Amino acid sequence: MFESLSDKLDSAFKNLKGQGRITELNVASTVKEIRRALVDADVNYKIAKDFTDSIKEKATGEKVINSISPGQLMVKIVKDELTELMGGSEAELDLSGNPAIILIAGLQGSGKTTFSGKLANYIKTKKGKSPLLVAADIYRPAAIEQLKILGEQINVEVYSEPENKDAVAIVQNAIKEAKSKNKNVVIIDTAGRLAIDEVMMTEVANIKNAVSPKEILFVVDSMTGQDAVNTAAAFNQRLDYSGVVLTKLDGDTRGGAAISIKSTVNKPIKFVSSGEKMDTLDVFYPERMAQRILGMGDIVSLVEKA
Amino acid sequence: QKTKEGFFDKLTKVIAGKSTVDEEVLDDLENALVSADVGVDTTIKIIDGIEKRVAKDKYINTSELNRILKEEIQSVLIDSPVDTSYKSYELPSTHKPHVILIVGVNGAGKTTTIGKLAHNFTLAGKKVLLGAADTFRAAAVDQLDIWSQRAKVSIVKHSMGADPSAVAFDAVQSAVAKDMDVVLIDTAGRLHNKIHLMDELSKIKRSVNKALPGSPHEVLLVLDGSTGQNALEQARQFTGATDVTAIAITKLDGTAKGGVVLAIADQFKIPVKFIGVGEKATDLLVFDKKEFVDSLFEGVK
Ligand SMILES: Nc1nc2c(ncn2[C@@H]2O[C@H](COP(=O)(O)OP(=O)(O)OP(=O)(O)O)[C@@H](O)[C@H]2O)c(=O)[nH]1
Ligand SMILES: Nc1nc2c(ncn2[C@@H]2O[C@H](COP(=O)(O)OP(=O)(O)OP(=O)(O)O)[C@@H](O)[C@H]2O)c(=O)[nH]1
Ligand SMILES: [Mg+2]
Ligand SMILES: [Mg+2]
Repeated sequence: MFESLSDKLDSAFKNLKGQGRITELNVASTVKEIRRALVDADVNYKIAKDFTDSIKEKATGEKVINSISPGQLMVKIVKDELTELMGGSEAELDLSGNPAIILIAGLQGSGKTTFSGKLANYIKTKKGKSPLLVAADIYRPAAIEQLKILGEQINVEVYSEPENKDAVAIVQNAIKEAKSKNKNVVIIDTAGRLAIDEVMMTEVANIKNAVSPKEILFVVDSMTGQDAVNTAAAFNQRLDYSGVVLTKLDGDTRGGAAISIKSTVNKPIKFVSSGEKMDTLDVFYPERMAQRILGMGDIVSLVEKA
Repeated sequence: QKTKEGFFDKLTKVIAGKSTVDEEVLDDLENALVSADVGVDTTIKIIDGIEKRVAKDKYINTSELNRILKEEIQSVLIDSPVDTSYKSYELPSTHKPHVILIVGVNGAGKTTTIGKLAHNFTLAGKKVLLGAADTFRAAAVDQLDIWSQRAKVSIVKHSMGADPSAVAFDAVQSAVAKDMDVVLIDTAGRLHNKIHLMDELSKIKRSVNKALPGSPHEVLLVLDGSTGQNALEQARQFTGATDVTAIAITKLDGTAKGGVVLAIADQFKIPVKFIGVGEKATDLLVFDKKEFVDSLFEGVK
């Protein structure tokens, strides 16, 4: 992908080659290519447009070093800007409070339950804390069973009430249980829900209001398309979440949704999930993500050396 | 239906209040299509088609543009094969049981779609058997089991961690012995770039074929409707591994605009047969492209 983007950019620059400087004229002709590449990577159309407009300004007047092409230089500028856009302050998990409460929410099938297990494992092994997992998905067939099996795999207790049809009550009881058992972190796995489902969005807002979690993590499938902005905004409006988790990054999606979400809600991406096993959890590296979205190989280091 | 909500209301806005088709209208149109996940390539194809027709007649007004747009979109869909063979959940009389293998990436909605299909086939008076060949994901067998109870259909399952090919083989063999009408085989979600998992899928398919030559009669790829351009790669890779014959697109009850239906239809000659519009057994629709396009333009004048 990088080859094709940088090639396309080079051909857009062709008629002005040898000028040694990116001018307003030749930038304009490449901006559309970059925008299309971003949209192809599932960056939201409007966000891609704003982004490339700002790139246009940044790039104009840049000197082209002899050893690299204007196309490559443009790609590097784009990559740096993307990295900055997705970066920002270090996103440590807030585990204060006794117990610290972490609420997990997101669309159906995004990877919440799997992530809940991974997070419990991470908190247990890396943070030396004692987590309790809570099965607050009372809808999906075998949702409780699924979390229990994951809990067994990582040796973390799972709180559930199979007969209780009140998610808020379950969560409140779970916190009492955590206190009595000296668990210092509570991770709440909730049912998948659509942002437009009023009843379900109210339910998760009620859970939030009942237990005031320190962390609310919005879990999103990295393969998500243009609608990522709407979903991220709608969940944020109801929950004002503290961070984002990108899942299924072990696939080959370019993951442009990461940019869309960050620029829409400006919340840090705290974790990336890249596998089905319990140890496939990672912190987020903005630069890697930028390279991935642009489909870049080694070109960055090449440009940096030049 | 829920899918049409928001799908093309943007297009209406694009066209509203405009008297001629200028560069700006076409740009806005491109924007609207791309923001519905139609994808750059298919969008350009549609826009080019419109541009050509507009060039012929400079005086096209926006209501005609609507008609043209509808026709262009229809033609993208119409080039794809027509198949509404499940309209009333009738099955071909050439063989029995009819074996459907269900494949797709993690969390796309495979198991739920099987539950819905089981429900619909049962309503149509068919004898259904489910094969629980996802022996990997935590509680996958339990989940399918609950769906089998809901639809009151039989299920063949082994324990977790068992060889999925063996489960699939047993399911088909048992369906033959019990004179079942249709077998739905659930498989574990897998990302299409994982070669060993894709090989495993090919192996499941071969063992189904061993249990009943000529089967599976259908390989149904389940795609999440909120997926972006990666859906195309999924279609490509799963087809490579299992010769996908049909597609189901799920979660179109969200605000996801289902534009991926157009992209898939344009770039693969695989028919979209079902769309999922919710989590209940009744939330499955048989896809009909004419209805689909009409519904997109409903309310658009
Ligand atoms: N390859 C891969 N699969 C993942 C990842 N995260 C989750 N999955 C898989 O995606 C599927 C859905 O994951 P779940 O954890 O059940 O998703 P969920 O959000 O809890 O789903 P609902 O509760 O139904 O809304 C399962 O097959 C998981 O194994 C990941 O990072 N990589
Ligand atoms: N809103 C909505 N949710 C759906 C639809 N289809 C499936 N789901 C939900 O999506 C989630 C994942 O569905 P599953 O059927 O478990 O998906 P899967 O492909 O079998 O997942 P794995 O086996 O883990 O790969 C569940 O919460 C389902 O209830 C749909 O059409 N609309
Ligand atoms: Mg879950
Ligand atoms: Mg499944």
